[in-house]
Amino acid sequence: MTTKPRAGPAVPVILVSVFLAGPVLAGLAGTLLPAFGYLPALGRTGFSLEPIRHLFQQPGLMTSVWLSLATGLMASVLSLAIVLLFVAGWSGTRTFRRLTRFLSPLLSVPHAAAAIGLAFLIAPSGFLVRLVSPWVTGWTRPPDVLILNDPLGIAMTMGLVAKEVPFLFLMTLAALNRPRIQEYFKAGASLGYGRVATFFTIVLPQIYPLIRLPVLAVIAYATSVVDVAAILGPTTPAPLAPRLVLWMNDPNLAYRLMASAGALLQLAVSAVALGTYLAGERLIAATSKRHLVTGHRHLRERTARYGGLLVMVTIIAAMVLSLMLLGLWSAARSWWFPAVLPQAWNVMRMADTLGMSLGLLGTTVALASASALVATALTLWLLENRDHRKTSSSRRLKTLVFLPLLLPQISFLFGLQLLFLSADFSGTFTAVLLAHLVFVLPYAFLALSDPWARLDPRYAKAAAAIGASRGRIFWQIRLPLLLRPVLVTLAVAAAVSVGQYLPTLMVGAGRIVTVTTESVALASGGSRQSAALLALLQLGVPLAGFVLAALLPALLHRNRAAMRLER
Amino acid sequence: MHTNSETTGLFLQNVALHLGETLLLRIDCRIEPGTVLTVMGESGSGKSSLLDFIAGFLRPDFQASGKILLDGQDLTPLNPQERHIGLMFQSPLLFPHMSVLQNLMFAIPASVRKRSIRREMAQQALDDAGLAGFGSRDPATLSGGQQTRVALMRTLLAEPHALLLDEPFSNLDKARRADIRALVFDAAREKGLPVLLVTHDEEDATAASGKVHVLDESGPGNGCV
Amino acid sequence: MKRTLAATLGFLGALMAPVASPAQEAATDPAWQAVLDDARGETVYFHAWGGEPRINAYIAWAAREVANNFDVRVLQVKVSDTGSVVSQVLAEKSVGKSSGGAVDLVWLNGENFAAMKEQGLLAAPGWAQSLPNWRYVDVENKPTVVQDFTVPTDGQESPWGMAKLVFMYDSARLDTPPATLDGLLSYAKAHPGRFAYPQPPNFYGTTFLKQVLVSTVPDKAALTKPVDEARFAEMTAPLFAYLDELHGALWRQGRAFPKDAAHMRQLLADGELDIAFSFNPSDASSAIANGELPPTARTFVLDGGTIGNTHFVAIPFNSSSQAGAKVFANFLLSPAAQARKQDPAIWGDPTVLNVAGLPETEKVLFDTLDLGPATLTPEQLGPVLPEPHPSWVSALEEAWTARYGAE
Repeated sequence: MTTKPRAGPAVPVILVSVFLAGPVLAGLAGTLLPAFGYLPALGRTGFSLEPIRHLFQQPGLMTSVWLSLATGLMASVLSLAIVLLFVAGWSGTRTFRRLTRFLSPLLSVPHAAAAIGLAFLIAPSGFLVRLVSPWVTGWTRPPDVLILNDPLGIAMTMGLVAKEVPFLFLMTLAALNRPRIQEYFKAGASLGYGRVATFFTIVLPQIYPLIRLPVLAVIAYATSVVDVAAILGPTTPAPLAPRLVLWMNDPNLAYRLMASAGALLQLAVSAVALGTYLAGERLIAATSKRHLVTGHRHLRERTARYGGLLVMVTIIAAMVLSLMLLGLWSAARSWWFPAVLPQAWNVMRMADTLGMSLGLLGTTVALASASALVATALTLWLLENRDHRKTSSSRRLKTLVFLPLLLPQISFLFGLQLLFLSADFSGTFTAVLLAHLVFVLPYAFLALSDPWARLDPRYAKAAAAIGASRGRIFWQIRLPLLLRPVLVTLAVAAAVSVGQYLPTLMVGAGRIVTVTTESVALASGGSRQSAALLALLQLGVPLAGFVLAALLPALLHRNRAAMRLER
Repeated sequence: MHTNSETTGLFLQNVALHLGETLLLRIDCRIEPGTVLTVMGESGSGKSSLLDFIAGFLRPDFQASGKILLDGQDLTPLNPQERHIGLMFQSPLLFPHMSVLQNLMFAIPASVRKRSIRREMAQQALDDAGLAGFGSRDPATLSGGQQTRVALMRTLLAEPHALLLDEPFSNLDKARRADIRALVFDAAREKGLPVLLVTHDEEDATAASGKVHVLDESGPGNGCV
Repeated sequence: MKRTLAATLGFLGALMAPVASPAQEAATDPAWQAVLDDARGETVYFHAWGGEPRINAYIAWAAREVANNFDVRVLQVKVSDTGSVVSQVLAEKSVGKSSGGAVDLVWLNGENFAAMKEQGLLAAPGWAQSLPNWRYVDVENKPTVVQDFTVPTDGQESPWGMAKLVFMYDSARLDTPPATLDGLLSYAKAHPGRFAYPQPPNFYGTTFLKQVLVSTVPDKAALTKPVDEARFAEMTAPLFAYLDELHGALWRQGRAFPKDAAHMRQLLADGELDIAFSFNPSDASSAIANGELPPTARTFVLDGGTIGNTHFVAIPFNSSSQAGAKVFANFLLSPAAQARKQDPAIWGDPTVLNVAGLPETEKVLFDTLDLGPATLTPEQLGPVLPEPHPSWVSALEEAWTARYGAE
């Protein structure tokens, strides 16, 4: 094939560098400078180590660091273990397919909503206790037991697991969706290996490279999470990230410098967590190599299989129940312990809140669709371009794209806000869209690059052989063949956009308000009803995306057996 | 090993496969130890589903009736792992994250404890396949024929009681095909394994020199009813 | 528009009163007229804590009124933490954005005001006193309308409402609530796990600390001045002695805390707590009206008075809709708006105006308000203890965190 050599570096690469890496690096700089005492707005123009000293004087700082590290790593590893065990034990079965249908939509549940629902489920005055009170427990008042906000962060870890399992599951599912994987399962079984053993010895080593990045992203996220930590996490002291946000918003403006220093510490914490994980990964790889060829068939796998299933079903049940509770709350007026169902309803107020939220919903949908479209289009452009260039820069590009996934948001958001402000650009739709893209694009790339790479190149060759242009091959061959993954990418991207709280708040400057910012504002008060309703709205947008992504291909390809999803 | 000649071998007893309302295939056949039954048929005739059924992988949307007996034992209720049926695929499916030798050692039963013995057994199998010295190689660097030979050895090292071959020669060039076919059939004969070969290549059938069952056809003259 | 019904219909009038009086007065004042002219067509972004639907609804009502009467568009930006608004303005200042700022008006008080004032983040002094409705403000009896946590407002913020610490309980579960801090302590010890306070630096938690501090500090005068590091330990020793005793008997043994006052209210409703507190004297009545507390909920205060303060609205230095913001602030001070705000069915936030000094037609709006079953009369509410200097807030929060917040 002869393609005309094009002048200059590839446009999409430049675009990505400018719109992704630019803001992130500028944001980091905007954090770095105040951390060393430079913040002209406060009249600090000299450099000093004072903010760092101030930071380390904070009581319980090491406990906070340790909590962030431990809960984040623990939640990530647990989530991965649960997902892998479940996939290992049940992939290809009817049970698996049925549960998959539940798990995918759970991806659209916003973290905060999941945490709020979960909190109401398991609190001492929560739904589960109410179910058995007072007739079993004898409790007419809730017991004074510490379940939420426990100092060890167990509730928070559980909350994170419940939310990360669906994400890692879908990523694993996508990784499994490649040719011959099912045959490898058979090969393992015909050599006499158990289902679980086959998965871990034969299949996982092959697909692991594909789920590794999502796992790293989960670790970076979980070690720096703010909302889940604020709702379920310990507070005496809290993990590092929620404390950072407190300091950032402290009326004592000197705290801001310390918060910047804290953001650097957060960066280090996430880096250490990632490093620890990677080291553990090496260790496991090294030790398992020896065990790989001992020939143990591990046929006694009932416990493992049913254990995995039990945990998975529990997670799904807890999440579904939490969401149902949110639904009940959104129409409840009074719902006091020990009532299992609300004592009084107020549908009028729900309708009012809904009516007032329509504008927000419009903004949210517009932002989500715009960022999903742009991110997906940019990703496709990048991938298409990469195919035609095979440049060595593709590795560097990948690092750039995934940078925002591996850096804790709060470590560069403050700087990002300054960047947008100094460009006199904050508070506009476009500005917020750009800020969202920084976080949405990596996920779009994550979701699409593998299906793209797996697309049989012979289709394009066949089309080229009969004279189709590059454009026609893209629009009429590749895109239709990739319809399903492209739609899923759009849905994932939209979900990520809807989930953005701090970026919307800081770049939107209150001019751009979404269901998410509104829901957090309401959650800061006492109205469970409004908070629940907005949480549900927040979940509705990405859910609609996932449903569309599932329905459209089925509709368009209803007469095309080969386009149907196998498995 | 095989005491009763009445029950030895692989017996497909009144097997019928349905997909929804449609009958895919029907077969009733005994494969004696050391012999090959060749099943032929067009694509979509259900050949692969038959293998899946025998090996225990039939997808839940298929319905099957009949029994699979191996040396008198009914396999139908068993898990794939417990059936002791060696399977070879169209592609060799060597595990890409292991070396050639590790691929082989992976298949050796755990009852062989000592690492040195396991290694020796794997080396021996490589020698038998004419691939001495390839142990430390990355499977991806082997030619198609070499990969198929390793795959065969891997299957045999797991000590199967029967072999199912799913067009394992179809991806090989003509010159290699005869060699490898001979290697497979000789090994099966030597170990007294019943072999079921699925193919659409007449030459395979001739070389197998056993019964030939053509799907979509029935009546006398067909290898089995 | 003419005010015709309000005077005769009393309470109903408060709900529907069109806003005409400020406009009428304004006609006589050319300076204010200029502001009104300037404001016409402006959009005011009002950053206000958005955690309470009742308050949001009230703000929406006020916004509709100024849109209809003054052609000023007010949009509430609901924030979860006023500190983030201070952050926003600070960030704008640090990149030299001296006009067109995102915030036109912000709801704040205390340390947020002190911080903004100190960092020069507020519009020029004196504008608050220039509002026509300022003359109704009760400067004499409510000194906190010009002294925000002891910091002079210098007319850089306009008072909006009064707050006073009150405690709430469910009379169905608790007969006689304690009347003193010591009584509260013995009650907590006798009923372990049934009292809690939000964790400082939450505003309500810190207020509880201040309440104990004000009642126990050896030298009351020290509280009106910035914290003296050298004497801080001595001044707070009785406070921490009290807390040390209290903590063992707290909800969750003091290992977890309610998030804020609203959370405490919820815990009270669920029976997790016996006693909660609020900064709004009609909170219990409002909560009953909204089904958030059982009808048996009641309010009490402590002998010797409780902490009280005023909350304000302020204009940042770089707002480009300052005229519009002033018009809105002035409207919020109008007797009609203040009376509506004080109605527990609407919000229940006490007025900053001198009701006794209002013209009869406006006074009746307040006189006819039904303050609800759980609201104390002004006499029952007792004396207001002034807030300490804002520097005490950080100092208390840091000392608290060091002692209890980091195990």
